[in-house]
Amino acid sequence: MKAVLWGTRGSLGSASAETVVYGGDTSSVELVTSRGTILVLDAGSGVRRLGAAVPADVKRVDLLLTHLHMDHIQGLGFFGPMYNPNIETHVWGPASTNATLRTRLSRYLSPPLFPVCVRDLPNVFFHDVMPGTFEIDDATITADFICHPDPTLGYRIEADGASIAYMPDHEPALGAELPYRPDPEWTSGYCIARGVDVLIHDAQYTEAEYLTHVGWGHSSMRQTTAFATLAEVGQLVSFHHDPSHSDSMLEEIAEKISTDENLRFKFFPGKEGVEFHVGRCC
Amino acid sequence: MTPSNTTNTVGEPSTPRQSTQQAIELILLRQWASYIKTPIWITSADGYLLFFNEPAEQIIGIRFGESGPMPVNELVSRFEIRDEYGAPIEAQALPLAVAVAQRKPAHSRLRVRAVGGEYVPIAVTAFPIEGQGGRFLGAVAMFWEDRKA
Repeated sequence: MKAVLWGTRGSLGSASAETVVYGGDTSSVELVTSRGTILVLDAGSGVRRLGAAVPADVKRVDLLLTHLHMDHIQGLGFFGPMYNPNIETHVWGPASTNATLRTRLSRYLSPPLFPVCVRDLPNVFFHDVMPGTFEIDDATITADFICHPDPTLGYRIEADGASIAYMPDHEPALGAELPYRPDPEWTSGYCIARGVDVLIHDAQYTEAEYLTHVGWGHSSMRQTTAFATLAEVGQLVSFHHDPSHSDSMLEEIAEKISTDENLRFKFFPGKEGVEFHVGRCC
Repeated sequence: MTPSNTTNTVGEPSTPRQSTQQAIELILLRQWASYIKTPIWITSADGYLLFFNEPAEQIIGIRFGESGPMPVNELVSRFEIRDEYGAPIEAQALPLAVAVAQRKPAHSRLRVRAVGGEYVPIAVTAFPIEGQGGRFLGAVAMFWEDRKA
């Protein structure tokens, strides 16, 4: 399975000379299995370039949304495959108590917020996802609600003998005593991340920033490493970087984590454009 | 043009969980309960007592950290519980049992002989916890000392 990070920024796009290394586009990750199944994780602004890179002969693309906050859907209207009648685009996202996924996305994909309506898209199918497991071609997807304001899913994707967990917005430490010492049974997202080869996880804040953002739905770097340790993951990719964090600041944070001798997993910071492979590959 | 924008729902509700992690609704509920002064019990969908907070510990006389989760009937059997007039009451008529079995809110005034040996008048309100997609996850009971009982 191949993974490409097309957008790693959180909350708001942040393109500037200070963010060229980690990137300014918001959440979007591409997974491609050895059989060519294309899974797109979130439709932040990074999904525009992702869509442009989808081969012309592809017949189907599956887009898995963790939740509907703007930084995870703002690229939706610029995702090329959705306008191509020869490509089936399946959009998967969290179920809610009072409206379908299609209805909720229509609030954005309709005037006055956007000139194109959902009904104008030629070959798009919507799937309201509840906690559980489902198959997309050769990939097995497990979804579960995780701790973040408004219904939010974490995804575990298994294919090619490997597993990747994706939780770009996640605050497992909410309400816990600090420093955060998680207990598996009472930790949001544990089942999604447990034992995965790669965990792509929210690491938006510094420890100091977290203290003034409790309940906003994000994690500090230390909380993320504690969560990854609990879940016994193989590798951790930090993700959803705060828009105010420059490359130099993120490099400094990454350096501290990378040199932690107690780390039980490999760590690499999520940088836009990075590609990696797990398990059998395409 | 293909008929587009069809909607379906995937993922079957599955409660109680077979895994080692509780549902997010229960996790958040437990966190909230740990901050609340009102005594609270949280049970799973099959009536297993998952958590009680520190104020509840004072009524029960044991610490959750020592007892851990247990069948709620096991805990209830440690007390003498009577209705507000002092008559015996069946376990299945207690508000928490109603919330679990019938999945509806219930409220009762009760007298409970707990750790101290004397009957304490309490009011109990219990309600079912229904998560996203209608998943029945368990129930909550909250207790108040009720001198009117």
